[in-house]
Amino acid sequence: MTSEIFQKLSESLVMGEPDATVELTRQALAAGIEPMTIIQEGLMPGMTIVGDKFSSGEYFLPDLIIAAEGMQRAMELLEPELHARQQAIESAGTVVIGTVKGDIHEIGKSLVATMLSANGFKVFDLGVDVPTTKFIEKVKETGANILGLSALLTTTMTVQRDVLEALKSAGLRDQVKVMVGGAPVTRKWAADIGADGYAEDAIGAVQVARQLMGKA
Amino acid sequence: MSQKIKSIHSPKLSLNILTPEEVRQIHTATLDVIESVGVRFPSEKALDILEAHGAQVNRETMVARIPGHLVEEYLAKAPPAYTLAALDPALDLPLDGNHSYLGTDGCGVEIIDAFSGERRMTTKQDLSDVARVADYLEAIAFHWIPISAQDCPPASRSLHELEAVWRVSKKHLQTESIVSAREMRAGVAMAAALAGGSEALRQRPVLSIMQCTTSPLGQDGGSLEAGLVAAEAGLPVGFMTMASCGSTGPVTLAGNLVVGNAEVLAALVLMEMAAPGCPVYYAAAQTATDLRTGAYTGGGPEDYLFGAATNVLADFYNIPLSMGAFATGAKEPDWQAALDNSLSAFMAVSTLSDMLLGAGLLHGSRILSYEMLLMDAEIWSILESMFQGIVVNEETLALDAIREVGPMGNFLSHRHTRRNMRQRWLPTLLDRRPYNVWEEKRDGARQWAREKAQQILKEYHPEPLEDGLAQELRAIIASLEMETK
Repeated sequence: MTSEIFQKLSESLVMGEPDATVELTRQALAAGIEPMTIIQEGLMPGMTIVGDKFSSGEYFLPDLIIAAEGMQRAMELLEPELHARQQAIESAGTVVIGTVKGDIHEIGKSLVATMLSANGFKVFDLGVDVPTTKFIEKVKETGANILGLSALLTTTMTVQRDVLEALKSAGLRDQVKVMVGGAPVTRKWAADIGADGYAEDAIGAVQVARQLMGKA
Repeated sequence: MSQKIKSIHSPKLSLNILTPEEVRQIHTATLDVIESVGVRFPSEKALDILEAHGAQVNRETMVARIPGHLVEEYLAKAPPAYTLAALDPALDLPLDGNHSYLGTDGCGVEIIDAFSGERRMTTKQDLSDVARVADYLEAIAFHWIPISAQDCPPASRSLHELEAVWRVSKKHLQTESIVSAREMRAGVAMAAALAGGSEALRQRPVLSIMQCTTSPLGQDGGSLEAGLVAAEAGLPVGFMTMASCGSTGPVTLAGNLVVGNAEVLAALVLMEMAAPGCPVYYAAAQTATDLRTGAYTGGGPEDYLFGAATNVLADFYNIPLSMGAFATGAKEPDWQAALDNSLSAFMAVSTLSDMLLGAGLLHGSRILSYEMLLMDAEIWSILESMFQGIVVNEETLALDAIREVGPMGNFLSHRHTRRNMRQRWLPTLLDRRPYNVWEEKRDGARQWAREKAQQILKEYHPEPLEDGLAQELRAIIASLEMETK
């Protein structure tokens, strides 16, 4: 019974059926299985298969995003249980991410956030048109390891530099690594403004985030 | 030098891509989306106008749902034909449904230096240099802002960009980089200074305006308000969808057309509500997302199909189209670039899209390459020749010549050949040399294109904008800069 439900949980992620993932997680909890075991024996193996299929080119982004949604919804059920047992999942790092003030482009930034979550990072997504002060506050509040700044316009990419300046003024620059991205952003721009990381796409962003955490 | 424009007109070739019934289905689905799902207009001013004209407006979500009959009623107010004026009237571009014109791409952030080959961030001087080369090329009928003047302050950059083009070229300018009402008012003032006043500008719009929608089913507030300022001044305004299959639009091509169509039509309807009868145009550069990575593709069969299909939609609405073509995703002017730019341009011209955008940029409109610009001009020249098609008449059937030359003769010495030979297309960049000649230097299109660009940059200095006007433009920019300090 137990191994069967783990198998089904894994399959629900691989097949992209988040509703089934949630239902199976409920069933497993009701059957008295430890939340950490559900994660380690059911959910993580499923996500590993999805990740491998994506890396080999068999799966596309929608496969990955839908699996990540199932995983996230299952975690919403499991986290209170873990908390009650004073347990926690080891996070790959904490990331605050958003699109800078004056810019409303969402999709690329959200894709990076999803990919980071799917790879074990704890992600605080502040959305779009985010005031510089809000980035600073959130970094302070969460003790984030990484700050991700997205800009899709040549006129708003300069705001990435402003945020870096504001981090310095707030005395936070040494505590947080900064990654920048967006269509007009180049490696050279990232270097010029003193950012720590740049990637052109979401998969690259995960690699950079891992490197910044020293876990490449 | 160049006071001629190579347009493609009265083509003999055409393409059937959507049947009238299919267009009708796309139209019906689009009206359904605009009426029942709605489009987001994040501007109180825009929402006020929409509501006053009968749209259902949700102030919280900023989504307006516009009844289908209103969409049709207001679209019908858009003029089907008008002229994009140039500072030199000989370079005017009638958008009469019988011409395709090529413009530069935009808006790149890096440039490959024509002399050093170095790739670097773009400046206002680069922009003027590119505009000068575009001015020289007959293939280029109008300018977009090809690259960003990144050495100018963000708040007035778009105006510096206008000035950078106008100081070297008298061709029509269509800017895609003004995204606020404040900058637009200054841009209109600059255009009016050149046209000889605001009424003269209305008669002869030397500037047209391109705004982007925010897919799916959204607009940008600043762009909307900038568009309204331009529409009220009588400048042609277009809204461009870049809905991308699988991310910002449905993964299926027809569904992606519906989403993009809804965005563009809803924005144009707003313009017609605010300024009935104002010249507007449809603009589009739909693509497909690479679902392995989420990347913007910039080329591929989906793009080519959209290039041809969108003009069928624009024709259905009787509105000119500015279509993203060329604009390869390739990193260098290579096989991929030639393939992308030839096929996308061919497809867009095959339905006679009025304006084609996209000459000169690489890597999905990010890097300007002079080599690519010259190569794109050559692609255009090939298309211009192809779309003349095969003319059949007494002279072209050449029966007399055939009789006189007879079996096993040759036509090289015949007067019919001499009389008609200038019709045959000749390359400037395609390599037709003997193999051994090529082998000596192993050069080709890229070198020749670069040398030509270098030559134009060194030798071509068009008559500059007269001092008084240039000063006036600079004064308008300076006063906006004072305000925003």
